Amino acid sequence: MPKINVTVNGRPVEIEQGATILDAAKLAQVKVPTLCHIEGLEPTGSCRICSVEVEGRRTLVPSCAEPATDGMEIKTNTPRVLTARRQMLQLLLANHPDDCLYCMRAGDCDLQQLAQDAGIRERAWRRGEHRSHPVDRSSPSVVRDPEKCILCGKCVRVCDEIQGVSAIDHAGRGFDSYVLPAFDDELASTVCVNCGQCVAICPTGALVERSDLSRVWRYLADESLVTVVQTAPAVRAALGLVYGFSGKDAEERMATALKQMGFDHVFDTQYSADLTIMEEGSELLKRIQDGGPLPLITSCSPGWIKFAEHFYPEYLDNLSTCKSPQQMLGAMAKTYWAEKMDIPPESIRVVSVMPCTAKKFEAERPEMETSGGRDVDAVITTRELIRAFAEMGLDFDTVEPGEFDNFLGSSTGAGAIFGATGGVAEAALRTVFNLLTGENPGPEDFSAVRGSDGVKEIELTLPDGSTVRGAVTHGLGNARRLMDQVAAGEKEYAFVEIMACPGGCVGGGGQPYGADTRRTAELAGELYKIDEERVIRFSHENPEVQRAYEEYLEEPLSHKSHEILHTHYRGRKKYTSEDDDRS
Amino acid sequence: MNSNKRITTIIVGTGTCGLAAGARIVHDYFADKIAEEPEGSYRLKKTGCLGYCTMEPIVDVELSGWPRVSFGPVTLEGAELIWDMVSGGAELPRDIVLGTHADAEGIHELHDIPTLWETPFFRHQKRLVLKNSGIIDPESLDEYLESGGYRGLKRTVEMTPREVVDEVKESGLRGRGGAGFPTGLKWQFAHDAPGDQKYIICNADEGDPGAFMDRSILEGDPHAVIEGLAIAAYAIGASKGYIYCRAEYPLAIRRLTDAIEQAEEAGYLGDNILGTDFSFELLIKKGAGAFVCGEETALIASIEGKRGMPRPRPPYPAQSGLWGKPTNINNVETIANVPFILADGAEAFRKHGTEKSPGTKVFALAGKVKRSGLVEAPMGMTLKEIIFDIGGGVQGDKEFKAVQIGGPSGGCLPRELLDTRVDYDSLIEAGAMMGSGGMVVMDEDTCMVDVAKFFLEFTASESCGKCLPCREGVARLKETLNSIVKAHRDESPEESLLRFQGVTMMEELAGVIQDSAACGLGQTAPNPILSTLKYFRDEYDAHVFERRCPSGVCTALLEYYIDPELCTGCGLCVRKCPDDAILGEKRHPHYISTEKCISCGTCRQFCPFGAIKVR
Repeated sequence: MPKINVTVNGRPVEIEQGATILDAAKLAQVKVPTLCHIEGLEPTGSCRICSVEVEGRRTLVPSCAEPATDGMEIKTNTPRVLTARRQMLQLLLANHPDDCLYCMRAGDCDLQQLAQDAGIRERAWRRGEHRSHPVDRSSPSVVRDPEKCILCGKCVRVCDEIQGVSAIDHAGRGFDSYVLPAFDDELASTVCVNCGQCVAICPTGALVERSDLSRVWRYLADESLVTVVQTAPAVRAALGLVYGFSGKDAEERMATALKQMGFDHVFDTQYSADLTIMEEGSELLKRIQDGGPLPLITSCSPGWIKFAEHFYPEYLDNLSTCKSPQQMLGAMAKTYWAEKMDIPPESIRVVSVMPCTAKKFEAERPEMETSGGRDVDAVITTRELIRAFAEMGLDFDTVEPGEFDNFLGSSTGAGAIFGATGGVAEAALRTVFNLLTGENPGPEDFSAVRGSDGVKEIELTLPDGSTVRGAVTHGLGNARRLMDQVAAGEKEYAFVEIMACPGGCVGGGGQPYGADTRRTAELAGELYKIDEERVIRFSHENPEVQRAYEEYLEEPLSHKSHEILHTHYRGRKKYTSEDDDRS
Repeated sequence: MNSNKRITTIIVGTGTCGLAAGARIVHDYFADKIAEEPEGSYRLKKTGCLGYCTMEPIVDVELSGWPRVSFGPVTLEGAELIWDMVSGGAELPRDIVLGTHADAEGIHELHDIPTLWETPFFRHQKRLVLKNSGIIDPESLDEYLESGGYRGLKRTVEMTPREVVDEVKESGLRGRGGAGFPTGLKWQFAHDAPGDQKYIICNADEGDPGAFMDRSILEGDPHAVIEGLAIAAYAIGASKGYIYCRAEYPLAIRRLTDAIEQAEEAGYLGDNILGTDFSFELLIKKGAGAFVCGEETALIASIEGKRGMPRPRPPYPAQSGLWGKPTNINNVETIANVPFILADGAEAFRKHGTEKSPGTKVFALAGKVKRSGLVEAPMGMTLKEIIFDIGGGVQGDKEFKAVQIGGPSGGCLPRELLDTRVDYDSLIEAGAMMGSGGMVVMDEDTCMVDVAKFFLEFTASESCGKCLPCREGVARLKETLNSIVKAHRDESPEESLLRFQGVTMMEELAGVIQDSAACGLGQTAPNPILSTLKYFRDEYDAHVFERRCPSGVCTALLEYYIDPELCTGCGLCVRKCPDDAILGEKRHPHYISTEKCISCGTCRQFCPFGAIKVR
């Protein structure tokens, strides 16, 4: 790429041709605030907050949307720029409820921060005409409050351009425009897959996860209950990032912190990840033997599952019947563990901490009942856990490292990498290789499926010399492209790993705000480090998993494991008005 | 020129504006009459809009031995007089004669009738774009050809595309849709852009309140637009074109559809145009009524079936437009200028108008002006000449106060600026803009705050809602203007303070919107406020500080009282008052409580004795 020279506030910088003014400002270490900007997507230039002055231009220029050109003189902090920015923020505030104290985003809100930075201390415009729409609480995962929306459109673009779901869009005109699902249906009855990518990117409290923290506190306060908690791999990586620890250190501190929070037993979703590998790996081999249906497609990601139910109902038989690790752990806790511990399942409450908002939906699926009650009783996101720690006054820095409890807390390195895209495939292949050959491969023989490429492919040679191909994809937009290729017969795979969120669970919709591809890759790196440091790196070598089969489940795909660990799916309509009911 | 026609022909102007004035009734009257006569003895034709709105419905008559004569306004009664003349030799109804289309020397009955072109309304005009409008039958390709149509296209296909671009560049033609960007340059960008598929789009999404230049051209001379588009397509290398026409113009769409069909049959559109390798398909896309779709990128989005919202530029449509392909967009009037330039050459075009703004501009002259209508004036004419010479000055000989030019994006210019020349650069210097050509004349009874409010309400309701400054800012400006013209009797001190703060910040906000909105609609939305603030600040001051409307337009600011001398105490006003603000005993003079009165004016409307007065 040829380079061009520009100045930002008088400071010369050299930058690649095609870079935006915003890129140039970043390079010059000048912060230009943005609201609608999404790294890596086509700019829309809708919020105008990033407007700057460019010498020779009649009007201000949106820095996120305009390419820098050679010789450009950019000024980001002139009175003209600051006045415009202040006025625009005042306009947003004039159409925004003044209930910051009660807002889930208080203290972690882009709009609040920008208003602070701009030194806004009093309202400029009286609260006259303003957007007024009811809050949509229909979804188990996402709460939508259009009054808090500033119409930056990021949710719409993420839902459409990255996730390929298009559950929401702008409707209405001008001042009356707002973001809503088609036909103003409530979110729960739309194609929304609950992935929460909109929540993760929303700059205000217009889209937030449904908080289940108060339910968790209630369980913890009830002494007649036995409370069990499980945490997904990606959670520990995110906690490490937030509190400044490695993933491994954060994992150990988290175990103690959860005890301090009041949970009676701290388990690990990585245990059931290992269990998933045993079941799913066997399922793959069985399907290859039985001649299909192939490709076998992973079922760990509840966002992907709902996506498939809406958009690819003809592929439901291809989905692995395995429950996700979250549900497997819940089911195991209320059956196997309850029996062994002699605790009545109805007095157990399973809480999971997930990087994911769709897990809330998954836990509420009617299929997810094994012992008479819910397999999982409450799901909180990483963000909610961090809020809980804050509420407790917990100082993560001084928490002593601890361990997960026996015996649903035992896990291998293979379970840890579930949280990154490619992790399930890699962990499965490690075990499938063993099942086929009786020998372990090198633990990193299948690391080709790592990384942030949209679609990654891998080959496995079977003992008879034939090879099977697999593919890994993440982000539902990529998944849609891959599935369309499969449907068109352009691609043929034996297995496909699909994670709804970009980067896999580490990039989940329940992770701390501020995700981008760099951070997601960093979090994945922490999981691979945990894997590396584990003594046991193969799911089939997890001693507790082995014990569970010996004592209870008999063998993978046994009748018992089908009862407890497997599920089924159903087709869903795209719109409420759609006639054909596939369920 | 038509003096030797044997068959007596009656031509009724049936543009949308003529129809609105009653042309249908007149047309049907003649049709019935002619049906009673032997076949072939009379001909009834339709034509487009001559532009002389005040005189609609307009009827032309072609009598053997006579030049064509125009009549207007022709009511049913007038139509009878005309019929009596053509059928029974009754006298020429002089009261409704507008003029002849050619010299009538030697014809006794017409000796004192001027030609139409000598009458004040037409004398100062130069009709290049409107030359066929209201003259030829827009549904007849032959009449278009007779008037010199498709000469430009014939010359075009003998030139190289580059030469065509250069011809238009040399002509100095600038975009008639608003900003005045040089058309030839725009064509060159699209011509130079690499791409196997290119598009040409004609922007016929005319939306300024009161503007109907494009509609008249489309209805009155559709082939001119088709020819212009074919020339443009040839120049930039487009094989496909769209006319994006607002759905509210059904007649224009019908005439265009028919004309496209005729042009295809005659080989002016379609494959191998005029026997050359050049092929061009032209389609009509109906707009769904969003003003913002007049903006290039929003228009493209709309054709693509997306929500009509502008997107950032660059990339410009010339590089990446419709479906990502190089696209050139011109508005109707711009395109309608093209056939003349290619037929007669850039030099001929440059003879009209000014150095930097050659050619003519069509204006929709309206408001409190004596002769309203579509006016095509050479660029560089002064506002005074257009309003007073062509338009005849202010209705009722009232005082001229301002002229609003350029539609909602334009500005209001005061009397002091009447000598401003109407060309792109002079208007911008004066704080207005050419816009698409709306020109609304206002007299002393007009409240400028009310005018600003009207246009703000328009832009606020037409904002697409994408960019923050336009969506939120224009709404606050509108709200502030509303607060200026309203009474605030029950307001708390804090509310008063915030309201007043809004007034003081209005100008800053208007400037910020101008400086930061994403598209032309948003950036120009505050113009009506800024220009009225600039030239009529005293009126704002009166509203804000003295709480009065000097023109008496803003009713809420009026204080109503009852003249005890005139009041009979009938009690009608008490019953009509929606707010129980009128007190008094039966048969005794009543009294209005100013605290309670909401200044709605209902009492004044109903008082049979004129006892309710205003201060």
